[in-house]
Amino acid sequence: MSGGLSVEIAHALARSPGRGGAFALDIRFEAPAEGVTALFGPSGSGKTSCANAVAGLLRPDAGRIALGEEVLFDAARRRHLPPRRRGIGYVFQEARLFPHLTVAANLDYGARRSPRAPGAAERGRIVEMLGIGGLLARRPAGLSGGERSRVALGRALMSGPRLMLLDEPLAALDAGRKAEILPYLERLRDETGVPILHISHSLDEVTRLADRMVVLNAGRVAATGSVEEIMARLDLFPLTGRFEAGAVIAGRVEAADAGMQLSAVGFAGGRLLVPRIAAAPGTPVRLRVRARDVLLAVQRPQGLSARNILAVRIAEIRAEDGPYADIRLDCAGTPILARITQAAVAELGLAPGRMVWAVIKTVSIARASGSGARGRAG
Amino acid sequence: MLTPEETEALLLSLRVSGVAVLGAFPFALGLGLLLARPGFPGRGLLNGLVHLPLVLPPVVMGYLLLVALGTRAPLGAWLLESFGIRLVFTWEGAALAAGIVTLPFQVRAIRLALEAVDPGLMQAAETLGAGPLDRFVSVTLPLALPGILAGAMTAFAAALGEFGAIITFVSNIPGETRTLPLAIYTAIQSPGGEAAAARLAALSIALAFAGLGLAEWLAARARRLTAP
Repeated sequence: MSGGLSVEIAHALARSPGRGGAFALDIRFEAPAEGVTALFGPSGSGKTSCANAVAGLLRPDAGRIALGEEVLFDAARRRHLPPRRRGIGYVFQEARLFPHLTVAANLDYGARRSPRAPGAAERGRIVEMLGIGGLLARRPAGLSGGERSRVALGRALMSGPRLMLLDEPLAALDAGRKAEILPYLERLRDETGVPILHISHSLDEVTRLADRMVVLNAGRVAATGSVEEIMARLDLFPLTGRFEAGAVIAGRVEAADAGMQLSAVGFAGGRLLVPRIAAAPGTPVRLRVRARDVLLAVQRPQGLSARNILAVRIAEIRAEDGPYADIRLDCAGTPILARITQAAVAELGLAPGRMVWAVIKTVSIARASGSGARGRAG
Repeated sequence: MLTPEETEALLLSLRVSGVAVLGAFPFALGLGLLLARPGFPGRGLLNGLVHLPLVLPPVVMGYLLLVALGTRAPLGAWLLESFGIRLVFTWEGAALAAGIVTLPFQVRAIRLALEAVDPGLMQAAETLGAGPLDRFVSVTLPLALPGILAGAMTAFAAALGEFGAIITFVSNIPGETRTLPLAIYTAIQSPGGEAAAARLAALSIALAFAGLGLAEWLAARARRLTAP
């Protein structure tokens, strides 16, 4: 993957006192030179340590990190490029704006020190893109949480980074603020062309923003792949969140029924009726269908309010702890997941290979992103 | 309102304290930087040494200075012969004594101000391309400055009141080493000096309040700046 990020590190992390022992970080993954790669995992899985290693704030015990042609870290050759020479825009969870400087001076801080800093026109575009033009004379103490996040994004971008590292930039914000920032992150992804490593433990964010996922668990990489691939894997349910887990389906808007406030989204396996998406036909979209919102029927159901009834083949059944069974369905090549009870599996005689009907309520389908599935839909 | 001698004592006090604080500042900054470093070996010992003047009787400090820097002591003799510097019985000596006695105030304030700067900001500056000295000048120092100035102000106010170390080391010479506290002491010792003592005492109290008020204002500013 030329131009991309290649990470291969091992590190013995001293744990907080009292817990004893040391837990090893052993992480290998590659992220392409474009788009958003999510580093996803529960708290304590090593996400931030990994990000710090990429940025150079943490020096791993062993391994190698390269960005494109440049080796940032190589334990064997004792190479450790200091953070200031890595050209990585790190956006920290708590924004970390300089409190004694105005917003304008904060934005200038990296720009003045970087050989790759963008020109005035590009900087103006960044300010406009993030909507921070009105804040330039203010100080960080007077900004809202969302405004701070946007300024932190701008400050990192102004240094002309070769890679943006976002460490849960939304985690410290309440739901309303998150909704305020997400569109800016989408614009960052779609308009700047800077590859992004997005650290998150929120599936919502990941499915909305990321193209690829690196799933971390206890300091190890549990899986890597496209968001659609990862979300379709039953064995990752414990990590992708049992309750929130479900397939992510990439498709394109086909037609909208403005009167009924519905849109049809075509995907490889058919089409789904979803709550109206305000986008032109042909726009790629990504849909999240949570496993617990999918119903199975052995005969084509009649007289149902649900708008989506798809013919699918059962690909895999996994019995889970408790009363649940997770089922991967093959809808003409596109995976859809369903979570039903083991009792239902037994009563209906469900088994891999069997054709059934998947019933999905239109109202349960959420649009994950505007254009996260660029070019890969259909 | 003040007699010429009293005015002289006031101006001398301000000069001695000012020189004491400014002269001690570079040392205080260096010590504060060392002590703010978590991994610095010998931190406890150095910390103890720096704070010694706080717990030692000032007379003992004056005595030690006299033993070390008197014209017949090796160090004092060398200074006099090589550079013509005589500290005993001079106002410069008074400034040295006041500077050493009030050093802990400065070091402590500098250390606390440096430690209060969020290390996360240093990391942010680092990823934005700033080297160590650049980070110190552009982030650490501006954020710590109000705290550092507050410490200097406290030290200045304390130096104005220094008595024991000064009188022991440089004696009580009118116009040379008779600062406000020494002038008050002298007035009390002289018959009919009660009114002068009262005037000078009131002046000292006013000065101390002004100094502490300024220090407090600076400290409040520091808290506002370093608050997340």
